[in-house]
Parts: sequence; C-alpha cells; structure tokens
Amino acid sequence: MELTGAQIVVQCLKDEGVEFIFGYPGGAVLHLYDALFHQEDVKHILVRHEQGATHAADGYARATGKPGVVLVTSGPGATNAVTGIATAHLDSIPMVVISGQVATPVIGSDAFQEVDMVGITRPCVKHNFLIKDIKDIAETFKKAFHVATTGRPGPVVIDVPKDITDPNIKIPYKYPKKVSMRSYNPVVKGHKGQIKKAVALLLSAKKPMIYAGGGVILGGASKQLTELTRLLGYPITNTLMGLGGFPATDKHFIGMLGMHGTYEANMGMHESDVIIAIGARFDDRVTGKLTEFCPYAKIIHIDIDPASIAKNVKVDIPIVGEVKPVLETMIALLKEGKNKPNKKALATWWEQIATWQALDSFAYDRDSEFIKPQYVVEQLYEVTKGDAFITSDVGQHQMFAAQFYHFDKPRRWINSGGLGTMGFGLPAAIGVKLAHPKADVACITGEASIQMCIQELSTALQFKTPVKIINLNNGYMGMVRQWQEFSYNSRYSHSYMDTIPEFVKLAEAYGHVGMRIEKPEDVRPALEEAFAMKDRTVFMDFMTDRTENVYPMIEAGKGHHDMRLRVAPGTPIDRELA
Amino acid sequence: MRHIISILIENEAGALSRVAGLFSARGYNIESLTVAPTEDETLSRMTLVTAGNEQIIEQITKQLHKLIDVVKLIDLADSVHIERELMLLKVKTTDETREEIKRMCDIFRGKIIDVTSKSYVVEMTGPSDKLDAFIAAINNDSIIEVVRSGPTGISRGENGLRL
Ligand SMILES: Cc1ncc(C[n+]2csc(CCOP(=O)(O)OP(=O)(O)O)c2C)c(N)n1
Ligand SMILES: [Mg+2]
Repeated sequence: MELTGAQIVVQCLKDEGVEFIFGYPGGAVLHLYDALFHQEDVKHILVRHEQGATHAADGYARATGKPGVVLVTSGPGATNAVTGIATAHLDSIPMVVISGQVATPVIGSDAFQEVDMVGITRPCVKHNFLIKDIKDIAETFKKAFHVATTGRPGPVVIDVPKDITDPNIKIPYKYPKKVSMRSYNPVVKGHKGQIKKAVALLLSAKKPMIYAGGGVILGGASKQLTELTRLLGYPITNTLMGLGGFPATDKHFIGMLGMHGTYEANMGMHESDVIIAIGARFDDRVTGKLTEFCPYAKIIHIDIDPASIAKNVKVDIPIVGEVKPVLETMIALLKEGKNKPNKKALATWWEQIATWQALDSFAYDRDSEFIKPQYVVEQLYEVTKGDAFITSDVGQHQMFAAQFYHFDKPRRWINSGGLGTMGFGLPAAIGVKLAHPKADVACITGEASIQMCIQELSTALQFKTPVKIINLNNGYMGMVRQWQEFSYNSRYSHSYMDTIPEFVKLAEAYGHVGMRIEKPEDVRPALEEAFAMKDRTVFMDFMTDRTENVYPMIEAGKGHHDMRLRVAPGTPIDRELA
Repeated sequence: MRHIISILIENEAGALSRVAGLFSARGYNIESLTVAPTEDETLSRMTLVTAGNEQIIEQITKQLHKLIDVVKLIDLADSVHIERELMLLKVKTTDETREEIKRMCDIFRGKIIDVTSKSYVVEMTGPSDKLDAFIAAINNDSIIEVVRSGPTGISRGENGLRL
C-alpha cells in the first residue's frame, strides 16, 4: 500500500485505535486535514481554540485511560496548545499532540507561522519528535504512543513539517508491530526484597497511614488499593489527584489531605509512625512545610518514577515499579504471612482519629440566607447519585468539589491538580462526554475560570456533548480573594471583576439552556430540572455567598498539625463584602 | 561536592539541548560539558561536571535517566577514575621570557605547537588542577587566550560504560 505522508499519519492513528482527534486547522496541516476528510474512523472534534483541544483530549484520556490525541497547526496553533500540554505533563496524562511545522527547507528562517515547537515544549513534555523524513512517520508515531502511555505517562509532541505530508510523494506503509527503544525501558515489577521489607514495616505500625495519589488511578490499581486497605484495616487518605482511587464512602477513608484536606487526614499524617505513599509524589500542596512533614514516620514509597522517590522527602523503603503489580505482591505476602496488624494499637489509633473527625473540619453555615457553594456540591452529589464524572476548573470551587463530592470510583474526578489551569473544566468535560455519552458529566467552575475557555460552549453544541456547567458564581476570584483576606489584610487587589457577563444569555446565545439560581431552596429543584434534560447542555449560574472561604487550610510555610480552621463552625462569617 | 557524570546518549538532533535544558529548568549547575560521537556513530558520549550534595546529585542522575534519549550513565565519582582535560593557551613572548615559558612547558609536559616572533601556543592535557597550576605559574599579563575543553573521564580497570 503506497500512501502520502498525510495518509500515513491518519493510518497510524487508525492503527493505534484512535477514536477522536481534537484539533483546529491551519496552513501547515492542510494536507493532514485533507487526509482526515476522506475517512470516518478517526472522528475530528473541531474546537474553538487550541487550548480547548488539548484539555478536551486530556479529559478524554483521564476518563478512559487511553491517550488523548490533538492536531494543531504551526506557529500560533502550536503555542496555543502549550498550556494544555503542560497541564497534561504535570498530571502525567497520556497525550499525543501532532503539530504542523513549516516545510523542512525553510525551518530556521523565521518563515510564516514558524515557531520552534520542539524547543518550546521540551520542558513540558515527556518526549518530543521532529519528523524530517516521510520514511520515519510510522516508526515515530509508534514510539510516540508507546512513550506517552507506558511507564509514567505523559504528553508527547510530534512536529510534522508540511513537506513531509506532501500529497505528491507516496511511499509504502506498514505500521510497526513492536517498538524497542534501548534508551527507554520503564521498570514494571517492584523489587521483591523491598516489598517484603515494606510489608514487615507496615505490620509493625502502631499509627499507620496509607497516602495514595493519582498514580493509583493512572496505574489502574484501585481494586488492589482497596483490597490492601481493607485487609490491613488502616486509615487511608487520598491526594487531590488520587480521589476516587479508593471509595470515598468506605469507612477507612478519612478524606483528602494537604492544603485543604481534612483535619483528621493531616493530623493523622503528622502523628503517624509508618506511612505508605502509593503513586503519590509529596507535592508541596500536600506536604506543607517540609521540615515539619511527618516527623515521627518511617516512609515507604511506591512509584513508577524513580525520580519521584526521595525528591522532596527522605524515604526509608523505596519501591520502584508499577503500583498494581507491587500492591498485588504485597497483598499476597500479607495473606500468606503469619503476622497480622497490631489490633490493639490500631483500635487506639482509630479512636484518636475519631476525635479529630469529631471536629468536622468541613462544617459550614447551613442556615445561611445565601447559597453556600458547599451546599450546591452536596446537592449535585445527591442528584447525580454520586455517579457523575466531575470536571473542575481552578479555585475555591475546585476545592469544594473535591471536599463535598464523594468519589467512589476512579477516573470520575477530573481536574488540573499539578498545573492548576483555569479554563480546563469545560473542554475537559466535552472530552469526557465524548468518551462516556450516557454518563452524567458536570463541570464545576467559577465565574472567572469559565471565561477562560468559554468559547468551547460552541463545540459542545456542534458535537452534541450535553454537559452540565455548575458555575459557583461568587463574583470574585474567590481563591485569590481568600489569600488576600488571610495574608494581605483584605486588600482585594484585582481579584474582582466589575463586569461579569450574563451567563444565562450567553448560554442561550451559544444555543444552550441557561439557568440562574439565587436562593438556597431553589438549588435542588434546579439541579433536578437540569439533569432531567439529558440532551441539553445546561449552564447553571449559582449566585453563591461571596465571602465564603475554603476551610480548613494549611497556610504557606506551615505544617500539617498547624491548620487554620473555620472559627467555631456554624457561626456567621464576616460579611463585610456581602 | 564535585561530580563527573558520563552519559551515553542517542546521537540525535536536540539531545544536547535536552540535557542542557534539564539543568537550567531545575536549577542544577553545570561546570562543564563535553560531547562527541563515539565509535558507535548512533551514540554520543557526554561528560558533565556538576556540583551538589548527595540528594541533588541523586536527583540529577535520576532526571537524566528519565530523558528518553539517555541510554546509560554513570557517576564517575562513585569509582576510581581518570580525568583529563585539554588546554590550548596562547602567550605573549619576548626575547627575555621565551626560554622561561619553554622551561615551564617542559616541567608541565606541555607542547609548544605554534611559534611566532611574539607568541607561543601551548598544548597541554592533564587533570584540571594541573592546568590551573600551569596558568597560575605563567605571568597573567602575558596570557593572550586560554581555551579549555572541560574534563573528560573514564573509570580505571576493565569495566567500561558501554551498551
Ligand atoms: C490560567 C490561570 N491564571 C491564573 C490562575 C491563578 N488563580 C488560581 S484560582 C484563581 C481564581 C479563580 O476564580 P474563579 O474561577 O471565580 O473560582 P473561585 O475561586 O471564585 O471559586 C486564580 C486567578 C490560575 N490558576 N490559572
Ligand atoms: Mg469566583
């Protein structure tokens, strides 16, 4: 079979089983778009901004575990994609981004719409390629998908110069069955000796904590994590990225940890004597002040990426390997071994945890005359029976979503944890809905974040992805305002927008349903009404309490045991702003 | 502490910039970096001198390993090894100083490889501190130009860094 470069690219995507490609055309990719025109296997989703393409592909990848695929033109198309690539990179999301490039003879001449895409993306990809010969296309694609999806996943960019896809040049095509890269062989199985030591240490614990992150979800190890936790009977906390990796409604789950985690999870970490970190990377939003982090604990760390181990925190037993086989080995060792967890110590430990839980660190004023953002998320949880895919943007609403929507399954909670990219939520929701057309998909957002990729409302209409937008409209960049309240003596420098669009009209202009909800008693019925409209995108503009803050909070430079709690839960909050 | 890291890396466009970019992005320092193809033309060998505490060096080697183009690497500081650096040094000469510089060259086992009525070019290899010593021994005012390759190194004994 003789194919042009452009046809080869499309054929490679088919051979990789790619369902959707999220893209936006331009001069350098016209040959590629022409090749897409002649087929129907790979469905092209035309976004309205290249950032939207990357986030949509990212959402698709997070919801399915399959790589998201993006196609953008050279120059501005490529640079617009960079934020989304970096977003995927920091959360280790498998993605393949094909960017057009100017023709090889003019590379380096500041040609029209030329940027050094390989150079620009080098620090925010797992790997990137520039294809210089049509003969290299198939092998490069095979490698790109292999690198993106194996080991610690991540985005891979393939820069394709226009002349490589020239319709007049054809060569025989064959997609390689296998790849072998001498320089890339991710470790799979953990070291058995290390795993044995880890099990022994775990069983010796009096105040154990399981601290599990996004690696559990990426590594498809939720089942194993759940089994291990129940077998041990130990308390477990998830990172923001790990939510859903362990069922939130299980009695062993003591909530998210870190900056806005539960009091019990953070105190538990602080007091613990043995911590097992599973697919988590000791991010600064999790650890707080490093010198005060888990002062009494011996630490076991399982991670696929050796560079994650001992990067921020010294580890006693490192285990490099895929989470799933490592946990399987641990479970087997625990089952066949004679030693069991220390029941008595564990009972005392759970009692201690119960006293922290009794503090109810997420409590908020339930009698408020204003709509509380927490209440909206709670109602959303009930209306969707806890079974929706929830994407979010970045800010207070993201933290309320993480705190109040209890995820029992992996890949349901989809947010930009590492880069914290405002604008992520809506396009990501579109990608999720394409992957799971029958599921409820909601984007929890804020009035500032949603405006960063609002143009994708148009994509949602064209491709019939009826998602529900839960806009927690507090009139402020709430998270910024909160920091300014706490640390800058309430000087709200530019965290307020004097003009905010009428979202109901805006939604209608884009062809969707808009709703504005102003009273607490209207929250539930409005949600029910919206979710009953299965085939419509509904923009729900909730006018929420403008002064609400996210509690508890570990402020910058503080340790886990030093959390800022809401002053006497339930008391009216400073209303200066209202 | 100073470390000398030897890297076998795919001989591909951009491979060098991945290494250099990693160091600048993560704020590691590079004292010197040399790179050239090996007997296997698909591979380049890089020698990188850096400094940092144990934890930083551990991160550096792990992050280097993570680069897809890096095939193999070792930290030569972990083993008994030999280091050599090449220096070319141009000095002003006068009738009075010519003999003296020649004598110094002999002591340091350098070679004079270019001679004009007013200058010498001296070629010298050795451990970096020997080259430092030579420079210190020459009158600073007479030095026109110094070119140093940065160290390269190899471990002692029969084991080697190869595929
Ligand atoms: C692209 C981008 N720019 C700036 C920020 C910094 N930032 C973090 S949260 C936030 C405010 C978000 O406001 P809103 O979307 O209204 O959410 P809220 O906190 O009010 O719930 C800002 C500006 C960011 N995370 N991303
Ligand atoms: Mg807001």
